[in-house]
Amino acid sequence: METLVNDLRRSFQTGKTMPYEWRVAQMEGILRLMNEREKEIMEALWTDLAKPRTEAYLHEISLSKAGCKFALKELKNWMKPEKVPSLIATFSSTAQIVPEPLGVVLVISAWNYPFALTIDPLIGAVAAGNAMVLKPSEVAPSTSAFFAKFLPQYVDTSCIQVVEGGVTETTELLEQKWDKIFYTGSGRVGRIVMAAAAKHLTPVALELGGKCPVVFDSDVNLKVAVKRMAIGKWGCNNGQACIAPDYIITTKSFAPKLVDALKETLKEFYGENPLESADLSRIVSSNHFRRLTDFLDEENIPEKIVHGGGRDEKHLKIAPTVLLDVPHDSLIMKDEIFGPLLPIITVEKLEDSFDLINSRPKPLAAYLFSKNKRLEEKFVQKVSAGGILINDVALHVANPHLPFGGVGESGTGAYHGKFSFDAFSHKKAVLSRGYATEMRIRARYPPYTHHKQIILRRVIDGSFIALFLGLFGLHRD
Amino acid sequence: MEGKISTEVFNREKAEATVKALRQSFRAGKTKTYEWRASQLEGIARLIKEKESDITEALRSDLAKPEMESYLHEISLAKSACLFALKNLKKWMKPEKVPAAITTFPSSAKIVSEPLGVVLVISAWNYPFLLSIDPVIGAIVAGNAVVLKPSEIAPATSELFAKILPEYVDSSCIKVVEGGVPETTALLEQKWDKIFYTGNGKVGRIVMAAAAKHLTPVSLELGGKSPVLVDSDVNLKVAVKRIAVGKWGCNNGQACIAPDYIITTKSFAPQLVEALKVTLEKFYGKNPLESADLSRIVNLNHFKRLTDLLDEENVSEKIVCGGQTDEKQLKIAPTLLLDVPHDSLIMKDEIFGPLLPIVTVDNLEDSFEIINSMSKPLAAYLFTKNKKLEQEFISNVSAGGILVNDIALHLANLYLPFGGVGESGIGAYHGKFSFDAFSHKKAVLSRGFAGEAGARYPPYTTEKQWILKGLINGSIVALFLALFKRF
Repeated sequence: METLVNDLRRSFQTGKTMPYEWRVAQMEGILRLMNEREKEIMEALWTDLAKPRTEAYLHEISLSKAGCKFALKELKNWMKPEKVPSLIATFSSTAQIVPEPLGVVLVISAWNYPFALTIDPLIGAVAAGNAMVLKPSEVAPSTSAFFAKFLPQYVDTSCIQVVEGGVTETTELLEQKWDKIFYTGSGRVGRIVMAAAAKHLTPVALELGGKCPVVFDSDVNLKVAVKRMAIGKWGCNNGQACIAPDYIITTKSFAPKLVDALKETLKEFYGENPLESADLSRIVSSNHFRRLTDFLDEENIPEKIVHGGGRDEKHLKIAPTVLLDVPHDSLIMKDEIFGPLLPIITVEKLEDSFDLINSRPKPLAAYLFSKNKRLEEKFVQKVSAGGILINDVALHVANPHLPFGGVGESGTGAYHGKFSFDAFSHKKAVLSRGYATEMRIRARYPPYTHHKQIILRRVIDGSFIALFLGLFGLHRD
Repeated sequence: MEGKISTEVFNREKAEATVKALRQSFRAGKTKTYEWRASQLEGIARLIKEKESDITEALRSDLAKPEMESYLHEISLAKSACLFALKNLKKWMKPEKVPAAITTFPSSAKIVSEPLGVVLVISAWNYPFLLSIDPVIGAIVAGNAVVLKPSEIAPATSELFAKILPEYVDSSCIKVVEGGVPETTALLEQKWDKIFYTGNGKVGRIVMAAAAKHLTPVSLELGGKSPVLVDSDVNLKVAVKRIAVGKWGCNNGQACIAPDYIITTKSFAPQLVEALKVTLEKFYGKNPLESADLSRIVNLNHFKRLTDLLDEENVSEKIVCGGQTDEKQLKIAPTLLLDVPHDSLIMKDEIFGPLLPIVTVDNLEDSFEIINSMSKPLAAYLFTKNKKLEQEFISNVSAGGILVNDIALHLANLYLPFGGVGESGIGAYHGKFSFDAFSHKKAVLSRGFAGEAGARYPPYTTEKQWILKGLINGSIVALFLALFKRF
């Protein structure tokens, strides 16, 4: 691995990743990969996750393409230095912020959107002019193999490398010195990544998860709200998505209506035998299958199931399952579910839900369905999460002008759109002046006399501009 | 008195209790309002005004810092940071509207800044007042509760904070904890929502490792060897004065952005050395050890560290100016060295003192490689009139910040981010960057119930897929179909 990093560093040091042309060429290569290898990508996603064609196409390929095109369109702007006020009004002085690549970066991606979660950070790293190693998730082996085989045909392999593997290979990679590590996955491994990064003072971006709550008001267009929520849950890799609704909070009085609407919608979407619907991803592995069935089989839980609960171990399928009023300290309310189970918690008043949410680790997303503008405002003010979406689920990920990332346990850093470029850049402050503006008495130079101090005090007196000028010796006597 | 933690040992339990109390205050929502933040900033502005002589006295006690430096670099910069924040606070707190994508039409999108929560600020000994107040201002302005742990190596300033800060700010949300390694360790074991550390890379690693246990984001303002590239085409008199005041006029070289070493051409070096000698005598007289305009070395440890650098074999003979030391007073004179071996100790670690080695090269362009072969510094400087060289320097030298034809002062421009890269640090602050450093930028997307796209929902068909693909690509036609086609 050390040789690999050294090689990449050498390539980076030649300056080849810096020019606009190189970055554009890589991104165009990535676009071509998505156009020409669509079939192979879809096959890999089917093998890894039994992801429905439509989902795979839309969530993985289309969104990635859109992200790539957006970056191509904006790259010139992003690369431009940003002029800031220089405060020295005279004689060719400039202040600017110059973005530069961090250097050689490591991208570790996740298994649930194995294509998009590799491509998306890759685009950011390339746009910002870095060399990189991609480590796709071994829990999605076909997609990982796809990257190892095909990516080299479309990008500059002297600067962009794919390394496949599991814990051993990842550990070896993490021992190296990187200029940035971008990790998508769980909080447990996130801690390991950050601890490894600490040894080299490597900055990290951690896209983690959490229990994304959905607060459901009675004042909604129920049919529409439930459809949106259902598609955000089971239409996103069958709940195995970092921003999928994890649990619902609603009022005791409204819960029955909500449950009925959910049942109806689920039947509409997935039919009478959801285990046989082609529109639902399977569970990724038997490990995760067991993890989820353990939630359902815990004491006191089975009787809370109000819909679904069906499972097929051979095909690793679990049907959309809704539970009502599970104990707050049950396993299913403890960790991120990351699957097709949806507990509904009830409260007396909807406002009680804010405290409930805030008493838990901050999630990656928090949702509210309500027409009540005041409630919406309160929700936005009081609930802390990576991102908030009102009256829909998951869609904020599709707006490239919004930063996508977590806070607290759900992560650090953000990306998408320009935030991706920024995530992989160092913003270098550059101040430049000339020699023409040296004044006769420069109070800033020793020997320090009382007289000089008086001059400066009179001039500065709290104005930051005057201070700035004073420090530069640009003051009148 | 709430603000000063009692003089018993500050251990894990105490640290836990402190964080718990602050979290309670934070949850009560008191730090979120504009009024609270403004009143804290006004309190700090008053503190700086009313206690200026106490602050200057503490700095004199800790560092023998000349009053002019205390005024210019610590008090004035702190005041200006405070007033700039007060002036801009309302603006910074406003949510930022962003374009809504066609994909999610109709919708409105914005980015809302919210405080991270309860944060820890650990500051350094060399600018013990400024480097405590500046990040604390950032924390407050962003609406956080904060613990300040000033450096124990500047004990007078640390004690001053513990004593007077509670008189000017809300100590249910802003606390000072004094102490050394044990107290800092106890603090680092707690779960913070952000840790802001100023200091060296060794401790920076310890801070980040501790933060990793809780997934706490960090800002690390570290240091490095800030190089100064000097071209022969400069106004030598002016350039040398600026270099000299940027080096010895900044806490006698004990500053993270002080020039660490100079690179110039073999042919120009003699002139440069002469000019520096003349300027040094002008500034500090014939007996610099007695000049009141030079800070002393902070303590015996650092004094020994620096004299070791001078005493190394093959190095002492390279001294061309200065070299005098006074252990009793912890004073070292401004010292110039010419052409020390590249592998000497003085060229290895950050000097952080009044020693200035000059390295010579045949062509100035060779210097880029030398600079880039070392760890990325916090600042890199170039003195030249050659615009082409200037552009090459900016494009090819990576550092926290770059200043051409002057030293250190980029930190006073509050529109520029101040921070390192690589070994010199993570994150930036000053001005709005301070506000951002202590904020979470929360994405908020809001929709109504109109604009339903039936194509989103299973059972999936090719036709639906086609419409949604168009929607993702921002096609208005697809949007029209999505909104109006019934399935």
